[in-house]
Amino acid sequence: MPESLVEFKNVNKKYGHIHALRGVSVSFNKGEFVSIFGPNGAGKSTFLKLLCTMTAPTSGQILYESVPLNKLQDSFRSKFGVISHQPFLYSELTAMENLRFYAKMYNVADIDDRIKTLLDKVELYKRRNDKVRGYSRGMLQRLSITRALLHDPDIVVLDEPYTGLDTHASDILTRILTELFGEHKTIIMVTHNMKQGYDAASRLAIIKGGSLVLDMNKSDISITDFEHKYTEAVSR
Amino acid sequence: MKYLSTVLAIINKDLLHELKSREIVVSMLLFSVLTVVVFSFIFEPGSEFKNEVAGGILWMSFVFAGILGLNKSMMSEITGGNFSALLLAPVDRSAIFFGKAASNFLFITLVEIFTIPLFMVLYNVNIFANGFMPAVIFVLGTYGFSILGTLFSIISVNTRTREVMLPLLLLPVIVPVILASVQALNVYILGHDPADADKWLKLLGSFDIIFTVVVFAVFDFIVED
Repeated sequence: MPESLVEFKNVNKKYGHIHALRGVSVSFNKGEFVSIFGPNGAGKSTFLKLLCTMTAPTSGQILYESVPLNKLQDSFRSKFGVISHQPFLYSELTAMENLRFYAKMYNVADIDDRIKTLLDKVELYKRRNDKVRGYSRGMLQRLSITRALLHDPDIVVLDEPYTGLDTHASDILTRILTELFGEHKTIIMVTHNMKQGYDAASRLAIIKGGSLVLDMNKSDISITDFEHKYTEAVSR
Repeated sequence: MKYLSTVLAIINKDLLHELKSREIVVSMLLFSVLTVVVFSFIFEPGSEFKNEVAGGILWMSFVFAGILGLNKSMMSEITGGNFSALLLAPVDRSAIFFGKAASNFLFITLVEIFTIPLFMVLYNVNIFANGFMPAVIFVLGTYGFSILGTLFSIISVNTRTREVMLPLLLLPVIVPVILASVQALNVYILGHDPADADKWLKLLGSFDIIFTVVVFAVFDFIVED
């Protein structure tokens, strides 16, 4: 049996009258790359928020290495690196100032060395002293990747990371995700981009109407069949 | 130690951000100075009545300028989703709150340092004639305002009508702090026995402690959803 890292047990989430997530039970193993698909408003972002402790479930349990999330210390959040469609960066500060701030928040050792290594990887080291305000969408997302990986997280969570990216930025993101997957990091990505999501993943899932309607290994299905299943699930 | 370093990291970041953007202090200072100047036109030179209300005018200028600053301060956090990133950090979330509140406290204090001398000239009153106890009033009043103001700015910032929502939520709750600050300051402006200010200072100190403890206890629940 593979080692279960995170487990959702019959998790429900309600916002007032809106039932955003309905009885979701799923587990993620160490070293998996899971791509989660679903139409807008399906509950994908809520799912990620619950996973990163940004919000608490209305009912059900989320376990990390068999321990309920609400019993874990604040330091547990350092297990996660989150890349969202929002950059999580201060526009008036430079890339270095932003990264130094987040490095302090995550108690990163050898801050400047770590920042240099990561900025080199995303090809932004030369622009490190520029204000983030002047960055393009692609550069922002590359810097956002650096911010999320500063503390070398075990689980990388991505919420529609390819949105608005140019080809170059998109290629860099794909390369970094491939590297992380090779390092046995657990990667959970919500995306609308079927091809990029399918190509990168080792496991595929579909959320619709707050429920997990499909969850399978990529090796069990071709992209054409998966696209067919997705269309079928969404239009049902 | 980690708690304190988190608070300091947030203060440093906010000061750096403000040094570069000059968005918060400049707009607060302009508002505060304008309020004090405009209200000074109401009174005739030598009017005795003005001393009765001068303390209230000064505090109103700080409160409304403060509300303006609190909104701007939280806007820089929600733009780009930064506040979510702070909440994802592996730190006690109340440390994030106290870091933000401390930054707001520093910004408002800076505005007060520039506004008070102007106020003393325009209204012809020497607040510090009987010693520097009024400085304690400003510190305690500004602290209470910063704690509650930061809390309500976090609650209101995600609403569409945040500029209206913040004063609507904050002002009814902040009344004890404003009342105690104005009454304590009036003791010094009107030249009464400084001992008369003690009861107001105690009230102010008590509210500051209560608000701090309450926020420390509930902040996690407030930001969870």
